[in-house]
Amino acid sequence: MIATVDRRPLVNLTLVRWHLIASSIFLAISLLGGLAYAFQFNNMYPFAGIEWLSPGRVRMVHTNMAAYGFIANAFIAGMLFAIPRLTKRPILSDQLGMLIFVAWQLCMVLTIGGQLLGYGQAIEWGETPIFVDPLIVVGLVLLVVNIAAPIVTTAENGLYVTLWYFLAAFAWTGLVYFMGNYLPQFWVPGTAGAAITGLYIHDLVGLFVTPIGWGLMYFFVPLLLRKPIWSHALSLIGFWGLAFFYPMQGVHHFLFSPIPMYAQYGAVVATIAIEIVVLTVLVNFFGTLHGRSEAVRGNLAIRWFYTGMIMYGITCFQCAFQVTLTFQKVIHFSDWVVGHAHMVMFGVFGFWIFGFFVELWPRAVGRAWVHPRLLTMHYWFTVIGLILMIIDLTAAGLVQGYSWGALSHWSKSVMDSMPFWWVRSVAGLMIIAGQVFFFYALWATARRPAEGTVPAPIPAEAA
Amino acid sequence: MERFGVTFLVTGVVTFLLGFFLQGLMPVLTMRKVPIRTVQEVAASVPAEFYQLAEDYPVEFQKSFGTPDPTSFAKAIQQGRDIYISEACWHCHSQFVRPVANENLRFGPVSQPNEYQNEMMLPHLFGTRRVGPDLIRESGKRSNDWQVAHLYDPRSVAPYSVMPSYTWFFDKDKRPTDRALAVVAYLQWLGSWVKDGVVTEPGLPAAGGQG
Repeated sequence: MIATVDRRPLVNLTLVRWHLIASSIFLAISLLGGLAYAFQFNNMYPFAGIEWLSPGRVRMVHTNMAAYGFIANAFIAGMLFAIPRLTKRPILSDQLGMLIFVAWQLCMVLTIGGQLLGYGQAIEWGETPIFVDPLIVVGLVLLVVNIAAPIVTTAENGLYVTLWYFLAAFAWTGLVYFMGNYLPQFWVPGTAGAAITGLYIHDLVGLFVTPIGWGLMYFFVPLLLRKPIWSHALSLIGFWGLAFFYPMQGVHHFLFSPIPMYAQYGAVVATIAIEIVVLTVLVNFFGTLHGRSEAVRGNLAIRWFYTGMIMYGITCFQCAFQVTLTFQKVIHFSDWVVGHAHMVMFGVFGFWIFGFFVELWPRAVGRAWVHPRLLTMHYWFTVIGLILMIIDLTAAGLVQGYSWGALSHWSKSVMDSMPFWWVRSVAGLMIIAGQVFFFYALWATARRPAEGTVPAPIPAEAA
Repeated sequence: MERFGVTFLVTGVVTFLLGFFLQGLMPVLTMRKVPIRTVQEVAASVPAEFYQLAEDYPVEFQKSFGTPDPTSFAKAIQQGRDIYISEACWHCHSQFVRPVANENLRFGPVSQPNEYQNEMMLPHLFGTRRVGPDLIRESGKRSNDWQVAHLYDPRSVAPYSVMPSYTWFFDKDKRPTDRALAVVAYLQWLGSWVKDGVVTEPGLPAAGGQG
């Protein structure tokens, strides 16, 4: 461990560990909420008749805990690990880091409690209660101060691509959160407000999750493959393309709505543009993998990363089509979109986070993975479960869209969806079964007696 | 701070502002000439269904809202909107009719921007998913009794529905409380400004339906 002048360890592994623990707990809450909500569609909701566990409220917990509990905590853990190593400077203050950790989890608990008690906000992906929003904004600012400090004070010459993404995301996240949670709630009603919430739905994924996710990919993939990124030029194109095109496509969530058509056309063009740009990022990463592709078999973290990237490629390919007005006629309002959301948030970023766990958890707890085979089981159950869910929901969306367009009685679209909703629940159960292996592996690894030696950071797969 | 790092922070701010201008502020500017109406202005025209509600449930209505007039209607639709939000109804019901996929035939006239320019749409409840049907043209489509029964047990009137039962809107004698009546008043308000298939808004040019 490289000691700095003030003799603090470079990376505060305690903070990394706590954020990973919080991330996994909120993952469990989010998944259980999603499963319960899916059961509502099979008319076997487990908490029927209980007001504070009503399906509508539980759905808010499902999505918000996925974004702010699971993904945000894991990304903070990743950044707490990556930034000090890239800048050779520790974070500003370990005490502040712990304060932010506690405050963030408090926000999550208040969010869950508020939503279940009926204080959810009607902003998609921003259902956090209105009284929690200021706390989250303050928390984000403190977080940025704490982890941007090493980037600002570093003596390194030039910033690595990971830090470009982080710095841009630091500027974006607070602005986006403020815009999305306050403007449509207090000042901008109706269609213009819808344009802004569309922007928020999009920017949460595009300007918070995506840049930090890719930033961490640019850090971890070369680290684990022990070779540099294939092309610096493609890194540049990918970053600047994302920065330019991503923020200007929010209205594509409300196509054919009463929002002015110029905004809708603009959103469609910008969306198709960015899908072309992100292909350069994928080319860059697969170029990096070239010659080391055996790592996908031997290194589970790399396998998670590249599985997520393939999902990313499919998502973006799908998105370039589904954003067109032709597709929107049929698929908007249907389960197709739900499938798309799961592919992005879980299939891409969730999978990358599992890769971070595989790599970071042994370092954070100072022990090697106990049962690598459990992690392999986790991989296959999760990947197969999610792919099943995506195919199922995409097909369901087409069935629903054509049923509505054909002016069938509304109940027909519900009846026709029933088999798909059953498959969705089974797929959800499969994903949760995978996480049982995962949680057991996390727990057993943390509890195993210390060996006194630093474990190999890259666990080899048992099978 | 070294210049290089500033570049990316400034990039973040500038690209955010550019996107916000194109996708957020321009629609705001487009709508700026349409005045934002208050809840009281919106509630000035009380639909017949609200008076009917006072006759359907006289005791409960008296206790919850007093007499049916614009003041009590304003109170009822605001409370109904708040319940619609806290139960996250908008996750499964949209509130705009698109000009495609025969939606004007199914639901009614295509949505116009000026319909949403009022405080009841703060925040807007467009929604992005339809498990159940769109609700922006719900007013007058079904009776108050149907709506109340549907809230208590959706499958009693819509056998294939997957909507949850909202039994906590009712007291132990299964009589509707103010919550049930408020939600019904809100649903009967949604689209009450559509007259004979035409979207009407006081003080604004009427926008024709396309159906």
